[in-house]
This record gives sequence, structure tokens and C-alpha cells, in this order.
Amino acid sequence: MTGRDGLFEGWLTLAVFLPLGAAVAIALFGRNATLVRLFAAAVSVVELVLTFAIFLMYDTSEGSPQYQLVDRATEWIPVQALKVEYFLAVDGLSAPLVLLTGLLGMIAVLASWKIEHRVREYFVWLLALQGAVMGVFTALDFLMFFLFWELELIPMFFLISIWGTGRREYSAMKFLIFTILGSAFMLVGILILFFTVGSFDMAEMPSLVMEHRGAIPVVLVFWLLFVAFAVKLPIWPLHTWLPDAHTDAPTAASVMLAGVLLKMGAYGMFRVSAAMFPDVLRDVSWLLAALGVINILYGAMVVLRQTDMKRLIAFSSISHMGFVLLGLSSAVGVAGIVSEVGLVGASLQMFTHGTITGLLFLLVGYVYERAHTRHIPDLGGLAGRMPLLASALLVAGLASLGLPATAGFAAEIHIFLGTFPVWGWMTAIGALGVVLAAGYILWMLQRVMFGPMNLRFAGLRDATPIEIVPIAALVIAIMAVGIYPPLLTDVFSTGLQPIVESLQFDLNMEVR
Amino acid sequence: MTLHDIYLLSPELSLAGVALALILLDLFVSRKSLLVGVGVAGLVLPVAFSLALWGDVNAEASGQMEGIFGTLVVDKFSLFFKFLLAVAAALVLLISSSYVERIRRLQGEFYALILLATSGMMLLASATELISIYVALELTALPTAALAAFLRNGKSAESGMKFLILSAISSAVLLYGMVFIYGYTGTTSLTGIAERIGQLMGSGDLSPEAAFGDSKALLFGIVLVIAGFGFKISSVPFQFWAPDVYEGAPTPITAFLSVASKAAGFAVILRVFYISFPVGVLSDNWATIFAVLSVLSMTFGNLVAIRQSNIKRMLAYSTVAHAGYVMVGLAAVASGAMSGQVDIGPSGVLFYLGGYVATNLMAFAAIVVVSNRTDSDNIDDYAGMSRRAPFVAATMAFAMISLTGIPPTIGFMSKVYLFGAAVNADLEWLAIAGMVNSVISAYYYLRVVKVMYLQEPSDDSSVRTDKATGVVLGATAAATLVFGVYPTPLINLARSAVGVLGV
Repeated sequence: MTGRDGLFEGWLTLAVFLPLGAAVAIALFGRNATLVRLFAAAVSVVELVLTFAIFLMYDTSEGSPQYQLVDRATEWIPVQALKVEYFLAVDGLSAPLVLLTGLLGMIAVLASWKIEHRVREYFVWLLALQGAVMGVFTALDFLMFFLFWELELIPMFFLISIWGTGRREYSAMKFLIFTILGSAFMLVGILILFFTVGSFDMAEMPSLVMEHRGAIPVVLVFWLLFVAFAVKLPIWPLHTWLPDAHTDAPTAASVMLAGVLLKMGAYGMFRVSAAMFPDVLRDVSWLLAALGVINILYGAMVVLRQTDMKRLIAFSSISHMGFVLLGLSSAVGVAGIVSEVGLVGASLQMFTHGTITGLLFLLVGYVYERAHTRHIPDLGGLAGRMPLLASALLVAGLASLGLPATAGFAAEIHIFLGTFPVWGWMTAIGALGVVLAAGYILWMLQRVMFGPMNLRFAGLRDATPIEIVPIAALVIAIMAVGIYPPLLTDVFSTGLQPIVESLQFDLNMEVR
Repeated sequence: MTLHDIYLLSPELSLAGVALALILLDLFVSRKSLLVGVGVAGLVLPVAFSLALWGDVNAEASGQMEGIFGTLVVDKFSLFFKFLLAVAAALVLLISSSYVERIRRLQGEFYALILLATSGMMLLASATELISIYVALELTALPTAALAAFLRNGKSAESGMKFLILSAISSAVLLYGMVFIYGYTGTTSLTGIAERIGQLMGSGDLSPEAAFGDSKALLFGIVLVIAGFGFKISSVPFQFWAPDVYEGAPTPITAFLSVASKAAGFAVILRVFYISFPVGVLSDNWATIFAVLSVLSMTFGNLVAIRQSNIKRMLAYSTVAHAGYVMVGLAAVASGAMSGQVDIGPSGVLFYLGGYVATNLMAFAAIVVVSNRTDSDNIDDYAGMSRRAPFVAATMAFAMISLTGIPPTIGFMSKVYLFGAAVNADLEWLAIAGMVNSVISAYYYLRVVKVMYLQEPSDDSSVRTDKATGVVLGATAAATLVFGVYPTPLINLARSAVGVLGV
């Protein structure tokens, strides 16, 4: 179990507060733009090393505790009416996401090297964003989780509205209002839980909810919380903020948004919806499957009509997040057995989508910096001028459509294998999404990279060394997970074990 | 009136003394900036007396000391508000120091009236008897009306006149309600009213189930009293004065009205309703009224605020909305869903007001700085403020974020606490309504941030912050941040203060 009060190993605290502290430091002292950039890069590299160390330190061996690297202090807000603890820890579910946040955080900083406008503020918000998301993935006190969830809003709002393009102010406000509306319901859900079970402890919450079964309006609380995650994921029809925010955000913000912010929604579905309310999740899993399929197909079909590369990737994200939902819906089990395969696939999809879409946005950002357009019909033949970027885009595109030996395939095959026995027809329809993905990705690659070159782009240069580093890091991550998925699936499955067990327990109860 | 009574009244009396001294001093000194210093230093007196009283109250077994024939009580609850009001008054004096440049004459009177109104509010927090409550209310209203009209231009005069007349009407309504309560119970003492109601319930003449039994007089009285107090806290449907008065009054006075007047209003509401109509006896009835007013206030305030182009009017509607949030704490009379948790509602009110004082004064201090330079309160004139006055823009943005209720601010913590009280009292719908309302409010609060940080300024000259206002901005920002991250001391203080309310 997870008692271990008063433990304080300090690693996670460092991982959360290093970027936040660095943001404050830049805000106070960052007069020189070059120094700010170097400092932010240094911090983000240290952060990456730190998160990698955290990932490696997480012990997956049999019999090791579920929550590790615990930082816990009970004396934060100990008043009886609002007993909030300082409680950070990782399990198999969050450890890979912590690593993902570290990785994309570094990439976001490196991708922002060419920012010249209000440099100091920019890096303040970028690092604050990273720290807040890190907090979401590591906080195990429910109120703290909520605090970090909201803390991420303002940095993202500024990143989009100041350094964005197009209708950036509108998009930033839309992003903010949607998210905050979701979290409005989440807070009420959290408070209802607290005032019934008397604790904000997310590690204990599954058993506490079980204990107080009769007293909690579980269905109401489930939906109050689920709406917040659904907005973030996003689930159709709550998705409309995403294309706008993605399209108008600066490259680094798009990378963070697609790479880690969407994962907050998926993470919440696992950590909260599935772990704490297995019975409700089982009851609504048909709906999740249906919504997942809608997300997959709707996203993919809308993609086909897009001519802006960023908007295209944004809608493909909606489609890919549908797979997460589909995988989660396999939690209902079939023939009396709940299998973890679909859930592992869904959680793996979180990570792989983060790396793949992160890479796609990064590359589109680089192309845009050079060609000053993202309009697909205007582009063409870029492969001849920039072979490195083109091949990276090829890798990212193929991974995105789920080519075997890339991370995208590993995740999607798990999802299909896990979900097909449970929701046969719906999975089959959902699988059409892969076909559509092949269509739109290849179509985009062909029109952007190959074909006749627009003479306007004859003078463009290929990737510079500082651009190659983040590209290489992501390509390596994509290929490594694709070739040897157990790198992550082993970790995820230790995190999913308790969830699968409680789902199984609930299923057995029902059968009896 | 014994010496002990004077000791109990010492915070109010010393404050009134300082006010009179300021008027006299104004006649002799030519450097008017000295007056602010004397005023702020003078506020140390009531705080010191309050601290001494806190020590004595702590020693009392009953936790309270009654004085002047039982019309006045000193307990932790009233002392909490005395501290809060003293802090608010000090901050208002400091932000006035640059603003009064445009008044020139009568500066001494300006400061003195602020202090006199403050002493009235302090008295209000202590009053335990209907007539003394009424007298204290008038003592706060009259100086405030004079202050609102201080600029002597059309808008300011309208502001003062409106405040005076509507305040008089609301006082009359309040008095009418008090008459009914007196007529029904035969006493004006708050504890006496509670005892009498207890007797009537015992004899079966009064039952909350039948909406106060056969006689509707008590119910009528309570409704009128709520209407009278509703004016003070600018709750819908008694908020009509707020926008015009806020817009026309000198900005420091608007700030003063929005925090101090509101805090004092909630103090007296909490005391009257928790002492006279105690929890479990009639609370179902009045809590429902407050729940309805709460939803109306926040929804109306937030929706109308969206359309405002003048920042003072916007904040006027925002205070209507915030009155709605605070009333969530009044409505959240927990019958004990979790044992030992019944004080969340009232302590939430105190906690929220504490945070609101810091946050709202931060916003108004920033407005004073900007309007001193631009002579405009239009939101559009805040364009590019992040470049013209980085510190002011940052604090203003921070205040807006806190008012929205986004971390790491006290606005976030106090909303969590207050809505927690609602959930605890099985008012989940009220908590949801409150949260949805803060989403609406995000739109107009963040619009100010957007204008300051995104739009290009029409002229690029820098806006200077004077020292006194800079101190206010720094102090309120620090309080907003520190209590937003570590609210424990303030919550504990609020909880110990509401102990005397019998929860």
C-alpha cells in the first residue's frame, strides 16, 4: 500500500520546481536575451536528465510499491475543513509521462531559439508551463492536482496570445474558457469526494471510494470529473478549441499542447475515472467506445479537407486521441475477464502521440520559419532543398499513420488487439481511421516534400545543428519505442495493474 | 459608561480621535503629504488596542466581553474585522496620497472622513443589538456619502447623492424590518431575540416547517432586514447604486467602498443571523434566501460586467458578483454532513473577505496609478501598459487572475474553500453555479490582461508609480501570493474568529 507518510526523497519536487523556479529567476533577472535562452536551455536539459533519471529509478520489479519516489509533507494546509497535503509520487502510469514532459520541454525550448519578440517573458511562460504540467503528472493530492491543472492555463494563454499567429487572441481565450469550464466541474467533483471520504489522497482514493460506496453520488462525480478530462483530451463535441489553439500557437506551444497538455486529459481518465470509479467506467464504456470511434473518424475526415499543415496535424490529434478513448473502453472486459492489453495500448498511445505529433509540429514550425507559409498547395518539392527535414517529416508521418516498427504502430496494435474482442464492430470501424491516416499523411508528404518545387523556395536551407538535436531526440524516441515497445509497456502495465484488478473485481461482483 | 466600556470601545474611539487630530493638523501644516503619514501611523493605535483586547478575550472563558449595557461585544469575530478594516483603511490612505493631488483643498477632511467611516464599520462588527447596529450603519454611511461627492464634478456629485439617498432608503427598510422583529420578540438584543424564538418554538407557536408558524411577521421582518443589509453588500436586487457610485466617486473611495464597506456588511449579517436566528432553528429559511440571492448576484454581476468599457464600472459589477460568491458562505449552513465541519461556511466568508481586501485593493491601486497619469478609466487606455508600467501591469494582471480564481492566488484558495462549504452543506448546485460563474468572469478579467499585454499603446511614455502606491501594490501582491500558496494561517484565524457564532 501507499502509507509511507513523511517520506521526502526530493526528486519529483526538484522536477516540478526546477522549471517553475527558473521561470521566476528569468522574470526577476533575465535582462539579456541570449543569456535567457542559454539559461532556459540549460535548465531544460537538466530537467530532461532529471526526468530520465526518475524514469530509470522507477522500479518495476515484482513486489515493489506502486507509488515511488514519494515526496510527502502533511503540514501544508492541515486545517480540518481543507486537509491538503503536499504529496508527489510517480507510478507506472505517470513515470513515462514525466519523461515525456521532460523531453518535450527541452524540445520546446530549443525550438524557440529564434524567438526575438519579448524573449524574457516568453521563456518565463514556457518554463512555467512545463513545471505546471509536471505537477499535474506527479501530484497525488487531489487539490494539488487541481491547482497544477489550473496553473498551466495562464502560461499557455500568454504563449498563444502574444507569440501566436492568425487569430491568436481569440484562440487563446477560447482555449482558456474551454479548459476552465471543464475544471469548474472538476473542482465540484473533487470537493464532493473530499467531503464524503474526508481525504484528498489520490493514492488511497480508489479504496476510500469503495469503502464509502453508498454515500457518494458516484455517477454524478464521475461525470463532473470526466467532463474536465474530455475537454482536455479532447472528445468530440468539446474539441473545437483545439484546432484554433494549435493553429495559432507558436511552434513550441503547439509541441507542448499536443505533446503533453492533451495527455493531461488522458492521464486523468486513467488516474481518476478508471481507477476510482471502475463500476461507472464499465457502465459507460460503450459510450466511450462510440465517442472514441467518432473522434477517430471525425478527426480523420476533417483532416482530409485541411490545407494548413498545422490545422491538419491538429485534427489528426483529435483522431489519434480517439484511439486512447477506444483503448480505454476495453476496460469493460469480455467473457468475464478484463485484459490489460487495450489499456496498455491506450496509455502507450499517450506517449507515442506526444513524441510523433511533437515532431510533426516541430518540423512544420521549421518549414514555416523558412517558407513563411503553411498552406499546403503553396509548398512542394521541399525535399530537394532540405533533405534532412524531409526525411524527418517522413519518419514522423509514417509513425503517425502507424507503420510497423514505429511507435505509432506499437500503440495502435495494442489498442486494436485489446478492444476488438470487446467491441468488435466498433473497433473495425475505428480501424478505418488508420486507413484515412495513411491517406492524409501521404497526401501531405507528397504535396509538401515532393512534386515540382515552387521557385520561391529555391534559396531555403536545411536544418541547422541546433534544430537537428530536438529532431534527432524525437526520432530516436519514436523508433526505440516502435522497435522495442516493452521499454514503456512494462512500465505502463505496472501502473495499470491496480486498475485492471479493480475492474476485474467489479466484473466478478456483477457476475455473481 | 465605565472605564471598562471605554477600553472595549478603544479601537473605535482612538480611530475617531486620530480623525479629529488630522482635521486640526490640516490647519497648521503646509506639507499635506504629512497627513497621510500621520493617518497611517495613527492606525497603529486601534490595531494596538485590538491586539490588547485579543489577549484579554483569549483569557475569558466565554471568549467575549460585553460592554455598554450589552449593546456591544468584543470577541475574536469583531476583532478579526477590526484588523481587516484597519489594514484596508491604511492601504486606502496610502493610495489616496497621490490621488488627492487633484483635490488640493480639504485633504485633511478627506483622510479624516475615511477614518471616521472605518470606525463606524469597526463598531458595526461589534454591535450586538439592533439599535446600535442601526446607529453604526449610519455612522459608516454618512462619511462615505460625503467622500463619494468629494471631487465636486458632476459625476462625483451624482455619486454622493445617489449613495446618500439610496443608503437612507435602505436604512429605512432595515429599520422597518427591525421593528417587526422587535414587535414579534419584544427585544432588540440579538441574544434576547434568539432566546425568545427558542421559547416560542418550545411552546409550539413557531415552527420553521410552516414558514415561521401562523405569524408571518417574523418572516417579513427577516426579509426586510436582508434587503437592508443587501444594499450594504451590493447584492442583487439591491445593487443599482453600485455602478454609478463606483464610477463617480474618487477611485480610493471606490476601493474603500468595495472592500471595507462590504466586509463590515458581511460581519453584521453573520452576527445577526447566526446569533439571532441560530443554525438549526430558522436557518433553513434564511439560508435559502441567501442561496437564491447568491446565484442572482453572481450571474447578474458577471454578465453585465462583460459589457463594461470603464474599468471602475466593470469592477463595480464584479463586486456584485463577488458579493454573490461570499453569500455562498452564508447559504452554506451545514447541518453537519461531516462532524465538526459546520464552521466552514462562516469562516469561509471571513477568509474570502480577507483575500478580497488584498486582491481588490491591488486592482484599485493600479487603477489609481494609471488614472493619475492618463486621467482615464477606460479599459482601452490600458493598452500597452505592460510596457509603460511593467510593475503596475503585472500586479493588475495578478489581481485579475486572483479575482478569476486561478492559482497561485488567494482568490483560488478562497473560492475552493467557500465552494467546499457549499458542497459540505449539500448545496452542490450552488457550487456548480459559482464555478460556472467564475468561468464567465474569466472572460472580462482576462480582457484587461489582454489589453495591457497585447495591444499597442497610443503613447509610449512611461507611467510612474509613486512610492506609497508602490508599497500598496507590493504588499497586496505579496499577500495574494503568500496566502494563495500557504493559506493556513488565515484560515485558522478565520476559524477561531467564528467560534463565537455558536457554530
